[in-house]
Amino acid sequence: MSFWTRHQIFEKNSIILIVGILLVIAIGGLVEITPLFYLKSTIEAVDGVRPYTPLELAGRNIYVREGCYLCHSQMIRPLRDEVERYGHFSLAAESMYDHPFQWGSKRTGPDLARVGAKYSDDWHVTHLTNPRAIVPQSVMPGYPFLAQTEVDPDTIADHMRTLRTVGVPYTDDQIANAGADMKAQADPDNAGSDAFTKRYAKAVVRNFDGKTGTPTEMDALIAYLQMLGTLVDFKIYNEKANLR
Amino acid sequence: MVSGLVFFRKRIRMSQPSISKSMTSGESGLAVVFAVTAFLCVVASAKALDAPFAFHAALGAAASLAAVFCIINRYFERPAALPPAEINGRPNYNMGPIKFSSVMAMFWGIAGFLVGLIIASQLAWPALNFDLPWTSFGRLRPLHTSAVIFAFGGNVLIATSFYVVQKTCRARLAGDLAPWFVVVGYNFFILIAGTGYLLGVTQSKEYAEPEWYADLWLTIVWVTYLLVFLGTIIKRKEPHIFVANWFYLAFIVTIAVLHLGNNPALPVSVFGSKSYVAWGGIQDAMFQWWYGHNAVGFFLTAGFLAIMYYFIPKRAERPIYSYRLSIIHFWALIFLYIWAGPHHLHYTALPDWTQTLGMTFSIMLWMPSWGGMINGLMTLSGAWDKLRTDPVLRMLVVSVAFYGMSTFEGPMMSIKVVNSLSHYTDWTIGHVHSGALGWVGFVSFGALYCLVPWAWNLKGLYSLKLVNWHFWVATLGIVLYISAMWVSGILQGLMWRAYTSLGFLEYSFIETVEAMHPFYIIRAAGGALFLIGALIMAYNLWMTVRVGEQEVQMPVALQPAE
Repeated sequence: MSFWTRHQIFEKNSIILIVGILLVIAIGGLVEITPLFYLKSTIEAVDGVRPYTPLELAGRNIYVREGCYLCHSQMIRPLRDEVERYGHFSLAAESMYDHPFQWGSKRTGPDLARVGAKYSDDWHVTHLTNPRAIVPQSVMPGYPFLAQTEVDPDTIADHMRTLRTVGVPYTDDQIANAGADMKAQADPDNAGSDAFTKRYAKAVVRNFDGKTGTPTEMDALIAYLQMLGTLVDFKIYNEKANLR
Repeated sequence: MVSGLVFFRKRIRMSQPSISKSMTSGESGLAVVFAVTAFLCVVASAKALDAPFAFHAALGAAASLAAVFCIINRYFERPAALPPAEINGRPNYNMGPIKFSSVMAMFWGIAGFLVGLIIASQLAWPALNFDLPWTSFGRLRPLHTSAVIFAFGGNVLIATSFYVVQKTCRARLAGDLAPWFVVVGYNFFILIAGTGYLLGVTQSKEYAEPEWYADLWLTIVWVTYLLVFLGTIIKRKEPHIFVANWFYLAFIVTIAVLHLGNNPALPVSVFGSKSYVAWGGIQDAMFQWWYGHNAVGFFLTAGFLAIMYYFIPKRAERPIYSYRLSIIHFWALIFLYIWAGPHHLHYTALPDWTQTLGMTFSIMLWMPSWGGMINGLMTLSGAWDKLRTDPVLRMLVVSVAFYGMSTFEGPMMSIKVVNSLSHYTDWTIGHVHSGALGWVGFVSFGALYCLVPWAWNLKGLYSLKLVNWHFWVATLGIVLYISAMWVSGILQGLMWRAYTSLGFLEYSFIETVEAMHPFYIIRAAGGALFLIGALIMAYNLWMTVRVGEQEVQMPVALQPAE
């Protein structure tokens, strides 16, 4: 029987054809994806990466909601010009608590993986409200409505609990104080801000949007942008130990 | 099973002249399921934590009630016996769902191209974002991609697959209400997904943006789609499963696997739209592009290759060039495609071994792709003269040429050094659109130009001259679009890495944005031409159905083999 006649078994039996298809398409995915879950070298050993604070998490959800990832990557490649333009190339460890990841695929605007602490809060408020007020040639949409909407400190603990179920190591302490922490991070005069900074290393407490009261979406988004890429201290990062 | 049922009913009719009419188990069962769904949706809408979820639950309730009404109304309107599987020994093909999907394909196509034109214009003139949440680029862009890929492309695939599987199996579509559930349910998914994007409901995974409840609904619809398709194949009167059906089957099965692999997510509350995807960071990235690239490979390639394998031989009235080549094409294509995902993640934090595997298989993928192209083009052997007189066939053939071009460009761009320049730039957008407009767009247009007269049982199209106009206007649009994106992409890539003689980066980022402006205008103009072409098409098809002459049924003896 020739090869071509043998193939008739697929052409004459739909169930065998489906099983054949399933086997053939399973191989590539299994080989490429499963090792990423158990190979230790996949994610670098790094100090400093922590889960997002409640306010940063709310900001990140706004970043996702508005589709920022469609024009801004968060993944600096180890190419000379990118490292000079944006900073140290991105590590896998830096996005290990990201559900979903926000590496992006297009740079209509610049990469944001290390935009944290690069510009002032005022700059961000003005720029997000009307990008062309600061950068006349910009093609970014304006987001003036962010300053008018408050974030919800009451439900953020549910979000953190959900994230903990899918693998983000939030502590009971962090979840219990989520709502208070959210308010504390945007209010330097808040009595709880010391306890908050103890719960989240390197977290910044500032009135991001410059307005008092419940934090707005503007506060949240800027809190998120200002922490991007700031968690790992590359002065003490051991590059050789993580060569792969 | 249906034919058995009909046989049973016929026997009843013989014994007693007036047969009693009763609801089928499908009718009563589905009506009850939808009634319960409507109730649950009302509860969900009342208890919703956020406005978009309340809106979607209300839409679900309204649609479920409408479904209950349609099922009951159909029961009272229909004759006692369901449509027979065969009439006078010839299959009684089910064309209703095909007509529905064809109309929806045209509608969503125009909507999707229009949103594409809007977002292209926003990049040229950012004031068009209007600084409102619902009209900003970030929310409209997923609307554009989903509308063209899943709404337009998906409806074309469902319509053509339901047609091809019936004709090549010489069997009526399996199921009674199931095919309608597939086409209407699928379009309801599109409605939920699309309105969700505008309201900010997204899980931000490209081409898999819909949230958990839309994903669950799509899963139910898709499994039904598989069952209807498979059920029809199992009922077939032909010993062999035709090659187009292998590709349709691979498309349906693999999309199900990809959908389930990429989308597992945990909702924050069952009464809210927000969920968090189970995968995180690097694993999420790999899952996403395993999905993302194979949405291209199996939705936009395997499915549309099935169209190529049926509609080109049919329109050219020539057999497929090589049966053996189609076997190699099929297995090699589906095996190699799955590996190609990591080329979307070159030089990222993804481990090098995965990137190298992705690149290697992407380059190998060039071969089966061109094998398929050769099989499609060479089918024209001895019929090349038809390209002069038949603009529909010309559209189909040019689509295969575009397929060849973009499946060469793709492997080239997956080479890491090339990718270091092209990634993150408009070159990717140009590449995608040479495939999307040239290949998927044209092969869909060609198929719909064939399918509408066939499904409505008409002699031919209203105007071949308008098809000719559509072809040239759209071709000019594609050329403008992709050449503008090639130039802007390569230009921006080179500007990002340009150094002065003193060793400083030569351009600030915003200078590279400014340089894109003229190309964004040309791209928008190209997109506008493509949209105009689709409007010409919609008019042509509308007139075809409205004034077209009915095809006279040939006697059975003269019927050519399908």
